[in-house]
Order: sequence, then structure tokens, then C-alpha cells
Amino acid sequence: MNLKNSRPCGDFRTSYHRDMSMFDDKKGFYLTCLGILFLIFSPLFLDSYLISLLIYIGFYGIAALGLNILVGFTGQISVGHAVFFGFGAFASAWLNNNFAIPVFFCIPLAAILTALVGLLFGIPAARVKGLYLAIATLAAQFIMEDFFSRASWFTGGVDGASAEPLKIFGIFFDTDTKYFFIVLFWVVISFILATNILRTRDGRAFLAVRDHYLSAEMMGINLTKYRILSFGISSFFAGLGGALYGHYLNFVSIEEFNIQLSITFLAMIIIGGLGSVRGSIMGAAFMVLLPEIMDWLTRSLAGTPIDNALSLSEAIPFIKEASIGLVIILFLIFEPNGLAYRWGQIRAWFKLYPFSY
Amino acid sequence: MAFDFLVQLLVNGFIIGLLYGVVAMSFVLIYKSSQVVNFAQGEFLLVGAWACWWLLAKFSMPFYMAFLLTLLFMMLFGILVQIIILKPLIGEPIISIIMVTIGLSIFFQAIMNWMFGVFTEPFPQIFSSESLNIFGLNVQTAYLMSGLISIFIMISFALFFKKSKLGLAMRATAFDQQAAQSLGVSIKQVFAAAWAISAMVSAVAGVVFGIVNGISSGIAFMGIKVFPAVILGGLDSVLGAILGGLVIGLLEHLAHYIDVQFLNIGNLIRIAPFYALIIILMIKPYGFFGTKDIERV
Repeated sequence: MNLKNSRPCGDFRTSYHRDMSMFDDKKGFYLTCLGILFLIFSPLFLDSYLISLLIYIGFYGIAALGLNILVGFTGQISVGHAVFFGFGAFASAWLNNNFAIPVFFCIPLAAILTALVGLLFGIPAARVKGLYLAIATLAAQFIMEDFFSRASWFTGGVDGASAEPLKIFGIFFDTDTKYFFIVLFWVVISFILATNILRTRDGRAFLAVRDHYLSAEMMGINLTKYRILSFGISSFFAGLGGALYGHYLNFVSIEEFNIQLSITFLAMIIIGGLGSVRGSIMGAAFMVLLPEIMDWLTRSLAGTPIDNALSLSEAIPFIKEASIGLVIILFLIFEPNGLAYRWGQIRAWFKLYPFSY
Repeated sequence: MAFDFLVQLLVNGFIIGLLYGVVAMSFVLIYKSSQVVNFAQGEFLLVGAWACWWLLAKFSMPFYMAFLLTLLFMMLFGILVQIIILKPLIGEPIISIIMVTIGLSIFFQAIMNWMFGVFTEPFPQIFSSESLNIFGLNVQTAYLMSGLISIFIMISFALFFKKSKLGLAMRATAFDQQAAQSLGVSIKQVFAAAWAISAMVSAVAGVVFGIVNGISSGIAFMGIKVFPAVILGGLDSVLGAILGGLVIGLLEHLAHYIDVQFLNIGNLIRIAPFYALIIILMIKPYGFFGTKDIERV
């Protein structure tokens, strides 16, 4: 994980202020602004299918960012992130349906509500760590799934909950193109928020807890407090992503938030890069596009002898699922630092060209 | 009537518990010798059960031959998984190890669903009579056999570790890897043997489970049910795993009884072990027989 900080030679940080800056250099800042601008104008030339993929990348990216704060930055492994994502989706629908709060305010309120639940879950979770925490959150996943199916006042039980489309100043954000801007807005906000949280004292405390929790405790960092806080912040982002998801689909079903989704979130941060804000969205993009690529591959193989021998077209769901497992394994063996690290390498290569260091 | 029902459930719980114990034991074996938390233990059961079913159904072999071939296949399977996937990850942080086994579990589950379909397939009839009457209780022959097989596996496990040279080497490696290595124990062999034995034992459990309930991807859920058992007994204790499995098996059936008789909320048989897991983690995180981690700086 410390490979993340390997900078190309000649990249000196002469002041503490520069070392803590949000962007590595001016170029990084301009590139990010350009990227956001590109996304703002993208509905002009992308069709609505691609826009819907971008929306999925958006809310999964927010949730993955939350998980990365917990797992990548604080070192607390959670195998139950999907239930917080689901809680956010249900909470937003519930607030809107029962208290007639406008959807625009429901989304952040649901995120805050999820953060409170996360803090509550964090209290027992702060007692255990590493492997034991992973197993405890696995149990929490099943318990919460069971809760979702029982609490029909909150989730609508087996019927699921309906979530109204978002509406501001009388304009319904019900098409993909319109909703895209809402998701983009929240993605930008959450990534700025997360980057800044990690620049504060609390953020550095998270890193200290991850790197060596005993030393961190000796340096005066309150372990319990930061473990619980990390759970809370992580749930905040999960809830935000979940709320956006709910109002996009306009329907929240209790079956969506199973262990597979939790594992997908973990896969996103592993593939994007543990402990990298930028990596979270890269991983989310990868995991959203992977099934599409698999779909496209099987389609393009249709009619060939391979297809006939294995009857690929009937097996698309299994191929998608198997590819998720395979990608996790391959990344862990061959690219354990994730896409964010590779991105850094590529940028360093351009900066240093034609020299190798 | 209610009492009969309770006794019947407890007998079932005891036998299922023995099976949990066997799976938990093979989980602990891997954890103890190579410090890998195997989230794919359930898929070992699944692969073993499907392999045996395939040999029986497609080639109509006699059961004992199919069974032996399955064991041979699972031995190779376990060793290959260890060499190809787990070996490159030695020394990586725990999250990588957890994730790679989760990845394995997704992968194999998808492949098995692809190859054999998602529907439950019954095993060919193996025992002649359906059920036996013991002290007025109806016990399915398959259940009884599964209990006996479980006990047999446990005893042979104990003998293997006590008497054989490889068992001794494995115990030495679990106790202190470096010391064992410096005394000439081949860690490579021990790791491979641990995975091979674990895969074989899991396959036996999978086949037994398949004979009792039919094979479907639901068998893989045993791999998740194993966690309450091993946490209860302690992650690195074989005896604890067996007792933990028994307790969890009895507990879930007791919960089912309470559920059906008094509460009527449903689904408690599935969820109760996880409540137990959380409670145990809170009050006794290293289980009843596990080694306490003491960290020094």
C-alpha cells in the first residue's frame, strides 16, 4: 500500500502545505476540471444507454468510496457494505413517502440516517479487528437482510418500496439525461468531501490506525473513536449512493442488497486500489463495465464453434458472475495495487519520457 | 406431540451439527496450517458433491468407485488451488487473502451453476431402506449414515494427527512455522497436504449432504454456516470446531422449534447462528478453545 507514494524523481515537495495539497500539481487540477466539464457536456453526444452506465458508475462509485475509507484507509474489513447501501435507498424512499420531505433533501438526510446506523454498528465492531471483523460484518449482512424482509413498515417487505423521482422547482428529473446531472453533482461533492476528510487530522489518524494500530494508540490516537468514526463516514457515503440508486430506479426491492453486492463493492476497491480516492471510481467503472464487456464478448462469439460447443448464449449470467470472481483473483495476484497505481505509473512515464526515472 | 417434534428436531440438529463439525474441521485445518481464511470452503463441498454425482449419473459407476475417484479428484483440486492461487499471496495483507478466497467462491459457484444447472438434483438411491425406527423415532438411513461417517472422519483425523509423520509435521508447522522449517519439515508439502485433506474431507461432507438433501448450489451455504461454528470453538482448534459445529447444529434446530411453536416469525433457523456468532465475538472473541493473540511491539 505504501507504493502509492512512489513519485517520479524530481518531484520535490518543499513545504508541508504542498505535500498536503489536494492535487499533485496544477496539471492534475486542470485535468480534473476538464474531465468534469467533459462529463457535463457528455449527454450531448452519448446515447442514453451509455449515460445510464455512467449513472451506475456514479452511485456505485460513491458507495465504493465509502468502503475505501473504511477498508483502504482505516484497515477495517467490512463484508456487509451492501446493507448500508440498501439502508440508504430505503431510508430515502421512507422519508419521502411518510413525511413528504422533497426528494432533493431526502437524499442527504438518508445519508445522514445511514451514517447514524453505521455509527451504531461501529460500536461493537470497534472491539474486533481484521479477520474477526470480516466475519462479524458477514453475520451482520445476513442479519440486516433478514431485517429488511421483516420490517415492512420501513422497506415494504417483499413488495419493496417505491421511490418517487426527484423534482426541483417543478422539474422532474426522471430521464437518464436529467438524472445524470444530479448524480454527477453528488459524485463531485463526495469526492471533494472525501479528499478533504483525508487531509484533516482525523483522516491522518485513519491512516495511522491502518498502518500500525498499536503505535497509533501509543501516539495518543483514540482507536475506538476512529474505528467508529470510520464506520460512520463509510456508511454516510454508502447511504448517499443507495439513496441516489433508489430514486433512479424508482423502486427498491429487498433482494438487491445481498452478499454479492457487498462482494462487488469490495471488488471495486481492490481493483481500483485500496487507499486511493481516485481508485474508488476507477474500480466502480471497471465493475460496471465488466458485465457489459462480457455480454458483448458472448454476443460477438455467437454462431462460432466455441459458442455451439459451450452454449455460451444461455450461460451469460453465469459467465458474468464467474468473470467477477476471476477478475478479483487475477487482480490480487498480478496487480495488487490496483488501477490507481497503474494510472500513477502511466502519468509518471509521460512526465519522465524519454528517461526511465 | 410438541415434545416428539422437539426430540426429532434435536436428533436432526445433532446429525447436521456433526456435519457442520466436519466442515468446520477442514476449515480449521487450512487456517491452522497456512493462515488462510477459506471463504470458499462451501464451494469445495459443492465441487465434490457435483463431481461424485456426475460420475454416478453419467457413467453409472458403482458408488464406491465414484466416491474414490471423487476423493482423488478433490485431492488434486485442493493442491492445485493452493499452488496456483494461494501461493503467490503468501505474506500479503489479510484483506487480499480474504478477497481471493471470496473470488474463488464466486468463480466456482458460477462455473458449477453453468455446468450442472441451478436446479436441485437428487442423488441416485444408495441405501436400501428409507428410514429406521430407533426408540420410536424415525431416523432416515441417510441421516444415520451421515452421522456415522462424520464420526468416522473425526476419529481418523485425530489418529492422523497423533500417529502419522505428516500429521506431526503439520502440527509442528501450525505451532511454529520457522522452527518447523529449520528442523527439516517441508512447508510446501504441509501446505499442499492441508489443502488436499481439507478438500477431500469437504467433498465427503458434500456427498453426504447431497445424499440427504439433493445437490444444489445451496450446499455452498454450509461454507458460510461454518463461521459461527469456528468462531464459537476458536479459529485454530480442531476440537473446538467439532464442538462448535454440534452446538450450532443443535442451536439452529432449537431456534426452529421455538420459532414454530411460539414466535412464528419464520426464517429463524437460518438467522440464529449469525446472532450467536455476533454474541460470541462480543464476549469471547477467541472462542472457547482458540489461542489468544497477544501482540507485542
